[in-house]
Amino acid sequence: MLEQILVLLPQVLFDGFILGFIYAMIALGYTMVYGVLELINFAHSEIFMIGAVAGVEVFRYLAPLIPNGYLLLLVAVVLVERMAYRPLRRRGTTNRLVPLVTAIGVSFFLQDLVRLIEGLWHNEFFLRMRTIPDLEGSFTLFGGAIFIQTKSVIVIVVSVLMLWGLTYLVNRTKLGMAIRAVAQDLSTASLMGINPDLIISRTFLIGGALGGVAGVLFALIYTTINPYVGFLPGIKAFTAAVLGGIGNIPGAMLGGLVLGQLENFFGTYLPILTAGNFGTEYKDVVAFLILIFILLFRPQGLLGQMVKEKV
Amino acid sequence: MRKIGFLVAGVAALGLALAQSNVIKIATMSPLSGPQAALGEQIKLGAELAVEEAKERFKALGFELVLVPYDDQANPDVGVANANRMINDPDILGLVGTLNSGVAIPASEVLARVNLVMVSPANTNPVVTDRKLPNVNRIVGRDDVQGPAAAEFVYNDLKLRRVFVIHDKTAYGQGLAEEFRKRFEALGGRVVAFIGTEEQSNFVPIINQIRAQNPQLVYFGGIYSQIGPFTKQLRERGLRMPLMSGDGLDSSEFERLAGSQNAKGAYYTTVAGPVSAFPQAKALAERFKAKYGKDIEGFGIYAYDAARVILAALENAIKANGGKKPTRAQVAQEVRKVKLEGITGTIEFDSKGDIQKAKYFVMQVAGTGNWADNKLIKVIEVAAPQK
Repeated sequence: MLEQILVLLPQVLFDGFILGFIYAMIALGYTMVYGVLELINFAHSEIFMIGAVAGVEVFRYLAPLIPNGYLLLLVAVVLVERMAYRPLRRRGTTNRLVPLVTAIGVSFFLQDLVRLIEGLWHNEFFLRMRTIPDLEGSFTLFGGAIFIQTKSVIVIVVSVLMLWGLTYLVNRTKLGMAIRAVAQDLSTASLMGINPDLIISRTFLIGGALGGVAGVLFALIYTTINPYVGFLPGIKAFTAAVLGGIGNIPGAMLGGLVLGQLENFFGTYLPILTAGNFGTEYKDVVAFLILIFILLFRPQGLLGQMVKEKV
Repeated sequence: MRKIGFLVAGVAALGLALAQSNVIKIATMSPLSGPQAALGEQIKLGAELAVEEAKERFKALGFELVLVPYDDQANPDVGVANANRMINDPDILGLVGTLNSGVAIPASEVLARVNLVMVSPANTNPVVTDRKLPNVNRIVGRDDVQGPAAAEFVYNDLKLRRVFVIHDKTAYGQGLAEEFRKRFEALGGRVVAFIGTEEQSNFVPIINQIRAQNPQLVYFGGIYSQIGPFTKQLRERGLRMPLMSGDGLDSSEFERLAGSQNAKGAYYTTVAGPVSAFPQAKALAERFKAKYGKDIEGFGIYAYDAARVILAALENAIKANGGKKPTRAQVAQEVRKVKLEGITGTIEFDSKGDIQKAKYFVMQVAGTGNWADNKLIKVIEVAAPQK
């Protein structure tokens, strides 16, 4: 049994990283919006889904159109913030549950909107990522211990670039400083000449952009998507954000990677470890049990701080 | 109170008036939206074609024949709601459907209250007929025979001994996989893993287990929406062992989702044979194409036959009733007595509503992009088990 585990281990760790990077990118959207608004934007999983659908549609027609498809996604993100969340904020709703319920509503709305559009457009429910010959290659490392698809390399490179870019943006640019200021204290930041609505809108945009990229990568690597595909990765990425310490950017990345590893690890090894009594279907149960265990000892999350300093 | 009394009387009178109308409705119920719409549409169109072709005959008998399609979204709750609507429409005298056993089982309980007959072109779960409801019939085989038929094929024809079994945790997929495992182990084969998953996108953990076990064949009890992306990921990760499944794989969508190259060579058993398996189906396929502009697939042919069973029973019931509209119970009784040379073979029911001799087909995906090209490997005829 031990031998069986060891033979697979490098492969399992590698695949866990791929999944982890995707979770990390989605988790960042949750964490950033929570950082500035203390709102759990449940519609974020649908932004991820729209990103995946847009990716498939763009590749279906022509690769050079990528910027156009991407623009569409960003418009959707801004519209969601403008039409669903901002009016609530303007009315000075103090009850935090109201925007939360709105987010769930927006989430359902987007799911069925995409289902409707795809149904009318292609009469398809399952969308398949087009096979791109240049990306179909694969190679092995360490004498066949790790099997790597060219696609997975792209996922890793793109995610690392995006994560690095975000860190740079938040820590080194003026916009990043403004975001951090709004996160710390919205009303004081507005007294210092920052337009909080604009910054909040930008935060949604950045978080949404990351989620959208994650969607495209997800479609690329797992090949088939549908309008309801966002739900599970969304919930898991939210968990990852909480695990890392919600509102904390490096925390979200770490949380995503940890969750991806846990899920992939138990998905592969549970049947082997329990002699087939507990199959792959219990992977989420075990992964989430471990998360609860971690949060029992660090309720603020892995990198979260008890002090109120966000983003 | 009085008002309610009037209302009840009014509704009853209305019901009576409708019951005496000379409209006869045949319902279909199958998923027309959502993931399984491609299969469900075949059932609706197949039945519709049979009804259209019988319209003239029924006009001569003095009845207007109408088809009413219901969409169950492959969801048992929606199916039960639809069944409740059906039993409240007294003109509906028969149902062709459903696609999913999970929908058929609860929905048929509702239909049984008024003895509304259903003839299923697709439900393969043993429970559907094992409850011995007088209104439930099917013209296809059963999972508890489909699974073993696949096991026999793998063991005796392909001569493979080590198999990795996956299922989708539904009544259909898990039932199929369990029956497969039972027979395969009884024959002396080894099932190296038996895994259930609801996963729709990320099959990597399962594929890694397959890589570790290195089985000679993977058997997947499930629906094409899962098996398609699974197959694509399996092949992209360089694993080339043969794949086998049940009739849940029998849709051109499988090839689209997996990609032709990856889908090629996959085996599946099906209770609904392809157009090529039936000599008489060719003419039907042409009529279907001319009318709807798309190709008829397995379930379309069976739905056509299922509708014809109901229509034949209706005609007999009308004759027995002296030209008057028969009751639902009369139609249900006549269906059990039908002996029909259908496109799919001789249709006769046993006392449970199972077809006397069901055909099981072992097919192989050709991978040409045209689902009709799939090769018929073997036909097995088995009678339903009598428990």
